[in-house]
Order: sequence, then structure tokens, then C-alpha cells
Amino acid sequence: MFPENLKYMKSHEWARREGDIVDVGVSDYAQSEIQDVVYVELPEVGTSLEQHTPFGVIESVKAAFDLYAPVSGEVVEINEELEDAPELVNDTPYDGGWMVRIRMNDPSELEELMSAAEYQTMIEAEENE
Amino acid sequence: MTEQLKRTPLYYIHKKLGARLIEFGGWEMPVQYSSIIDEHLTVRSNVGIFDLSHMGEIEIRGPESLSLIQQLATNDVAKLVDGQVLYTPMCTETGGIVDDLLIYRFAADRYMLVVNASNIEKDLEWILAHNKMGAEIENLSDETALIALQGRNTLQCLQTVTDVDLTAINYYRFTVGEVAGIPTIISRTGYTGEIGFELYVEAEHGADLWNAVYEATDAISGKPVGLGARDTLRLEARLCLYGNDIDETKTPLEAGLRWTVAFDKGGFIGREALIRQDSEGVKRRLMGFRMLDRSIARSQHTIYRKDRCVGEVTSGAPAPSLKYNIGLAYLPVEISKINAKIEIEIRGKRHPAKVVRTPFYHASA
Repeated sequence: MFPENLKYMKSHEWARREGDIVDVGVSDYAQSEIQDVVYVELPEVGTSLEQHTPFGVIESVKAAFDLYAPVSGEVVEINEELEDAPELVNDTPYDGGWMVRIRMNDPSELEELMSAAEYQTMIEAEENE
Repeated sequence: MTEQLKRTPLYYIHKKLGARLIEFGGWEMPVQYSSIIDEHLTVRSNVGIFDLSHMGEIEIRGPESLSLIQQLATNDVAKLVDGQVLYTPMCTETGGIVDDLLIYRFAADRYMLVVNASNIEKDLEWILAHNKMGAEIENLSDETALIALQGRNTLQCLQTVTDVDLTAINYYRFTVGEVAGIPTIISRTGYTGEIGFELYVEAEHGADLWNAVYEATDAISGKPVGLGARDTLRLEARLCLYGNDIDETKTPLEAGLRWTVAFDKGGFIGREALIRQDSEGVKRRLMGFRMLDRSIARSQHTIYRKDRCVGEVTSGAPAPSLKYNIGLAYLPVEISKINAKIEIEIRGKRHPAKVVRTPFYHASA
């Protein structure tokens, strides 16, 4: 159900590694829970991020949710398309809905994150609560 | 510790429709079925069906009913004829708003008050405490289901399930008749800024009425609508939400509800305080604003004008019909002018906004 090539956080962000670069977005589960993404607030390029700390905000009609960095590093690019089309997060959470591109300080941080199977198990446990 | 949430007679219908349920004023209510934006736009372009059975209904009867209601309401209930509805605040001695409500006149000695769900107990206590004249008061909230149909296609939709001539019911009028064979109070009222009807029935008939009206709605691609879209719809129409935009610390004059205060009708609770405030002039006014960037103001965000804190947001949300973000806030009179620039602090950063004319949205004919 969740793409195998990504790593996941408890707070529902995904991370996709290519070399020392990591793309970040939110999972399909997160977007379907939030629904109607109407605004995504992203950091400026050059901002340095720390793992597990907020890097931005995603807003639905009713509420705002923090976005957490899956790895520490520097923001090298942000998805500017989200400014005019935040609904990309709903439509294609793993592609057009990507949010920031981070140059990692320490690739080993990725190992702390969940695999697709682990994330799936966590979601199922949450839903059965 | 947590009190058992109340459920409307339509609870299982909402579950079956896949609604997402939330706590609202002590009730477990559908916040959305498909998506808030989709439901909002469906009401604007077609028709939506709402379960509002959490609202409170209080009947006041007997020869003294009018004199009690005239004491409670700021608006003039004596002007009502049978089959007419009136919107009015109910105020404290200092002019603060205890609740805002609809008053239905069935007869000169029989009225129904429709109050906010979260205020039912408070209102009842307030009404009883002022009932020195001995009117008969009955809380019918638990025995009453309320279903609303709102949107430009409401008439054609609802007419398919009733023989009552709906075109004969004018705005803020009601009649009692059968809808899908069920005795119903058919009221041309609503909280969306669109044409619509609100249907009151005995709770035991709530599910049958919903099913019949839902079928008619579904037949023209209308949709069930939750409290999420109800909130954005009412905000676009600049209708106050009790607990957000109005409460006991705000007066009708400050809230832009002067038209609901009938100073000349004789005595009512809060009259002296409101007369004083009116002659001195209000110091703040509830104004509409729109964001000038893409950020979204939310309730309780702080408002600045040139480094001076001038108030806080009482309601704020995206306006799906307008494609920009709007809100309401009490602003000092010197700033409560159309086009006045303000700044709203959102997560530690100030975002530009300006005061605009309301309602934000007008239904097209």
C-alpha cells in the first residue's frame, strides 16, 4: 500500500533518498486524513533543518499541522508549485506533492525511520484503537 | 471523566454514509462526508442536506408567553404574525449576548425558540429565571430532529417530496405540513447565505424524513453536508457563530446586529446598557477581513496595526467560493473602515490583511 522505496516518520512524512539528497512529503494516509490541503508553508532555500523538528506547516480548511524533518541538513529546493496548487499534496502525495529537498548531514539518520511495512503496521494499529 | 457525547437520531445514517464524526458542543456530529470544499461548493451550486438535530428547541406557551419573550429578546417579537420567524439575540443586563436564536410564532400564545446546541441548558436556566409571569416552558430538544436543505436547487428538490406549495413560503416564514407523509414544520430559514429550508420533525421520524429528502437530494447530485462546510458557508455569508464571534462579552451593537435591537419596543433585558452604548458609540466593531497573502487566519490569532495589538480573530478560514482566505474580528472603530490595512500574526509571523465589505459572498439570483 505504501511505496517500498520510501522511509516514513510517525508524524506521516515520507523521505526518498537519492545520494545525499532526500525529498520529503506526506504519506497518502496523511493526505487522506487531512483532506483538502489548502496551504503549505515551507522554509526558505538555505534553511538548515534538524531531524524531528518542524520545517513547515500544512493546512486543511479547519486546521494546521506541523511538518517534521525526517533528517538533518540544508534545504536545497522547495516545491514552489504548492503555492498555487496545494491540492497536489492530495492528488499525488509522492510525486507532485513533494515539499522540500534536503541535503543530508548524516545519512545514518534515515535508518531510524520506518520502512513501508513498519509504517503500515503502525497505521493499522492506530486505526484499530 | 469525559461525558458521554450525545447522538442525534441520524447518527447511524451518518456512519453508514461514511461521515467523519467529531465532538461539537457535547454532541457527536458529522464534520464532513466527502470533503469540506466539495460539500461547500455543492451547496453554492446545487443543494446540500444537513443534520442539525443537535440544535435546541424550547416551546413557550400560555397567555404570558409574549411578555416573557419580549423581556428576553432584543428584537421585537410583537411584530410577528402566525407563521413568521424572527432572528434575535438574548442579552444580559450589561448587553452581552447570552445566545442568538430564532423565534417561531405558531399562535399569539405559542412560540418556539431555536437555540444553539451548546447553550440549551444555559438558555433554559436563563429563561426560567426570568419567567416571573408564569409562562409555560418546555424543552423539546431531545424530541425534535432538524434537517436542513440549502442551496439554489432546494425548491425543486424538496418539492418532489411534499404537496405543500413551497413557493408560497417566503423568507423567514414557515408552515406546518407533510413532507414524505411526515408532519413537519417547514421553515424557509438557513445559515448558509443560500435559499433553503429547515425541517423540524419529531425525533422518531427523523430518519424517515432524512431518507426521503436525501433520496431527492441524491437524485439531482446533491450531497450530505457536515459541520465543516456549514462553518465556511456561514462565514462567507457573515453569519455569527456563537462562542466564536459573539458571547456574553460582546453586545449586538458591537457585533453588527443593531438591526436586531428594537430600542422602541419597550423594556427588555439589557436595554439600558445598550441604549448607553449606542449613545456613547461603540468602541469596537465586528468586521470582515481578507488575507492579502495565502496564509489562513484562525480564531484567536492576534491582530496588529503598526505594531499595536488591536484585537484578535474570532473566525477565520479559507472561503471556498471566493478562493481567498477570510475572517471576522472585533476592531477598534478607528480601524473598522473598509480597506483599512491590518496584520495578523500567524505562527510568530505577521501577514497582511485588509478590512472588506461583508457579506463576503452574495448568492446570485
